[in-house]
Amino acid sequence: MIVLETDVQKLIVQEAVESYPNECCGFLYGNEDSNGRRIITLARVVTNVKDGDKRRRFEISPHDYLEAERYAEEQQIELLGVYHSHPDHPAIPSEHDRAAAQPFFSYIIISVNNKEPGAIRSWRLNDDWQFEEENNHLIAY
Amino acid sequence: MATIIIPTPLRKFTNNTARLNVQADTIAKTVDELTLNFPDLKKHLLDDNGNIRSFVNIFVGNDDIRNLENGDTVVKADTVISIVPAIAGGNF
Repeated sequence: MIVLETDVQKLIVQEAVESYPNECCGFLYGNEDSNGRRIITLARVVTNVKDGDKRRRFEISPHDYLEAERYAEEQQIELLGVYHSHPDHPAIPSEHDRAAAQPFFSYIIISVNNKEPGAIRSWRLNDDWQFEEENNHLIAY
Repeated sequence: MATIIIPTPLRKFTNNTARLNVQADTIAKTVDELTLNFPDLKKHLLDDNGNIRSFVNIFVGNDDIRNLENGDTVVKADTVISIVPAIAGGNF
């Protein structure tokens, strides 16, 4: 199970709308309890550095990734995943998402259709390198 | 011994260890040492031909080894090596 705190949810929605028609992206931080329940307490926006069509692709630079790991270490919180938007597409991982996906990370995808935010869903790779949806609990605001 | 920093998503394959010391003197030997000691890391670091996966970057300090000498990049006792997973995707 994964829980998004209110501010995290607000930020992801806001970024997805403001970035439209391009994809937005960022890192997710928080903690995981002994039952495997993830609480996402912080999202940090990262520049989509994809060369080419940002309306259907995103990429985070290696230097931003290194900084994200350093931040987690300094703040004593866990880097638990990544969010990105799917403009005018459902919040379902694509084959391109799966090919590049890392184990352990939660991949939160928000659908945004013509600037209107849609579903927010979370996915994680299983041992067969396939995405499985995480039970996703959004705190209402 | 050089230090290698394991990124969060791969730590479950290194007994949740974030920093490891390696004795190797090149990046290629570092990867060999790492996958020998932690075999489950192999499929996440190397492709079927034994090359570094395209979705994995290896940095020495702040430099990508692709801009240095790739696998032949020299590793010294004070070298800090980072495995940097490529984070990318798209909507179809």
